[in-house]
Amino acid sequence: MNALAARRRHPAAIALLILVGLLVTGAAYAALAPKPAQASTVSADQVEQGKKLFLANCSTCHGLGGEGTKDGPSLAGVGAAAVDFQVGTGRMPMAKPDVQAPRKDEIQFDEEEIAAMAAYVASLAPGPAIPEGEYTTGEGGNVAKGGELFRVNCAMCHNFAGSGGALTRGKYAPSLRDVEGKHIYEAMVTGPQSMPVFSDNNITPESKNDIIAFLHSIDKQENPGGMALGNLGPVSEGLFIWVFGLGIMIGFAVWLGQKSA
Amino acid sequence: MNNNDTEHGAQAADPGSEGYGSTAVRLDQGHIEGTGRLPERFEDPGFAPHIARAADLDEAAAKRAEKQVAAMFGVSMLGTLVFIVAYFAIPMESQVFIPGIGKANLSNVVLGVSLALGLLGIGVGAVHWAKTLMPDEEVVEERHPLRSPDEARGGFVKTMLTGGTDAQLDRRPLIKYSLGGALGLFAIPLVVQVVGSLGPLPKDELSKTMWKKGDRLVRDPEHTPIKATDVSIGSVFHVLPESIKESEHVLEDKAKAAVLLMRLEPDAIQVAKARDWGYDGIVAYSKICTHVGCPVGLYEQQTHHLLCPCHQSTFDVTQDCKVIFGPAKRPLPQLKITVDTEGYLVADAPFQEAVGPSFWERG
Repeated sequence: MNALAARRRHPAAIALLILVGLLVTGAAYAALAPKPAQASTVSADQVEQGKKLFLANCSTCHGLGGEGTKDGPSLAGVGAAAVDFQVGTGRMPMAKPDVQAPRKDEIQFDEEEIAAMAAYVASLAPGPAIPEGEYTTGEGGNVAKGGELFRVNCAMCHNFAGSGGALTRGKYAPSLRDVEGKHIYEAMVTGPQSMPVFSDNNITPESKNDIIAFLHSIDKQENPGGMALGNLGPVSEGLFIWVFGLGIMIGFAVWLGQKSA
Repeated sequence: MNNNDTEHGAQAADPGSEGYGSTAVRLDQGHIEGTGRLPERFEDPGFAPHIARAADLDEAAAKRAEKQVAAMFGVSMLGTLVFIVAYFAIPMESQVFIPGIGKANLSNVVLGVSLALGLLGIGVGAVHWAKTLMPDEEVVEERHPLRSPDEARGGFVKTMLTGGTDAQLDRRPLIKYSLGGALGLFAIPLVVQVVGSLGPLPKDELSKTMWKKGDRLVRDPEHTPIKATDVSIGSVFHVLPESIKESEHVLEDKAKAAVLLMRLEPDAIQVAKARDWGYDGIVAYSKICTHVGCPVGLYEQQTHHLLCPCHQSTFDVTQDCKVIFGPAKRPLPQLKITVDTEGYLVADAPFQEAVGPSFWERG
């Protein structure tokens, strides 16, 4: 101890101290800092395969390096979640340039290919990663709280029953019926097309799980009887009663006024 | 013109000689057949000839109508019986596929349809009965004059006057005028409570919201404060003032104070005032439509358009929420925001104008 104390004024002591401090800080940061967006499973091969798929299927509109053209936006920073959502729901690749990419039942790529493209796009610039499974199933979510969050944040575009609704110039908020929890989560995080972003700083992952639980509960809801008319609210119901209700009433009025044969 | 005159006066000019409608024509003049004059009195044309119905002439038809009416009432009875049986027999939770509707609760569908048939059968049967079998001869019901005979009117006046005299109204004016005063005064409480029940005067409640300087912006519905760094570009937050937690009339206050928070690229905001009232591209606008007060919640992230779901009023966030489409007449009021020492977003000032739709006293 004495030897150490005696050398504390040695010219090299300060340099040594700074070195130790830097090492400790660096090690602590590496241990504690939030992990970057890419999942650990991404390999260079996957990125390479993703790049090939990207060049073959996406680069016409999004540019050879994903930098965007006049037909499609830049993909820098959209993250793996955006690719998984857009391709996984059949929205991309689009059949033709249009105001909005519709959801399609037939997905053109298998999971491995989507993961490869996601890895490639994520390698362009950091962005939201594909969410972990913990908060995307809706399991254990609070349906009532999810409903409240849905009505405040989502219902004005997607309709109170998640049936979707119209926006401007041919754009629309799509129906949220029978959508996978993972894709709902990804849509909130990435804000596809006209939709704003609802990042984890706005709606926490737990709350997102509640919203997914609420949407799944709507999917399972049983019809109490009668025609739902698309659950669109006053527009479809008004049109129905205007046409059929008034039609029946006019028919009866004519019958009442007619003299019997 | 004289050569056009007829026995009963001048007719309109010859259509060929002058332009059509170039001369004024009396109603009883012109191209009229006959005498060209209105008759002194129109004759009562009387009833159109009565057309007998099949059931009036033919006993077989009447029998048929009778059976039809009974069948309708039978349908009603059947519907009601189905209702009663279904009410007890069908389990409440059974779901069945019904063509045209899809999977639906069988109990509710059967109860609804059977009850409708029960009521419709009675109505249709009654109407058919009235149309086919009840008398349909046209008859005239004479109207009596409403005015009472002079005699009765005179008698009424006399009775009233005698009553007044007997009650000594003439002799004792003190009673007459004090009664008048009492009755007249009694009208005031009636008027006062009707006017009073219209509620208190609104004062400035419509012009003011809960927002005040330093009030934190909190998320709806969790009421958690928002850090400026939490708001990523392209995101939208539905916001309330933190003071809503202490509100005694939460719904009323929320209906005025609801705010929409958006973050754009600062360069995208074209109006300097809107940029200055925001914070680093984060802008807060009233969520209450200036048309009739619906929540303007539809935000298109790419076009920066805000839509009202009720009447499609569209506000452009890049132009200080100017109305670019729809029935709204005024832009959405902006809330001036800044950050506090802890980095949370706070209001820098209350709303500078009344939020929501127009009202009478709005300055």
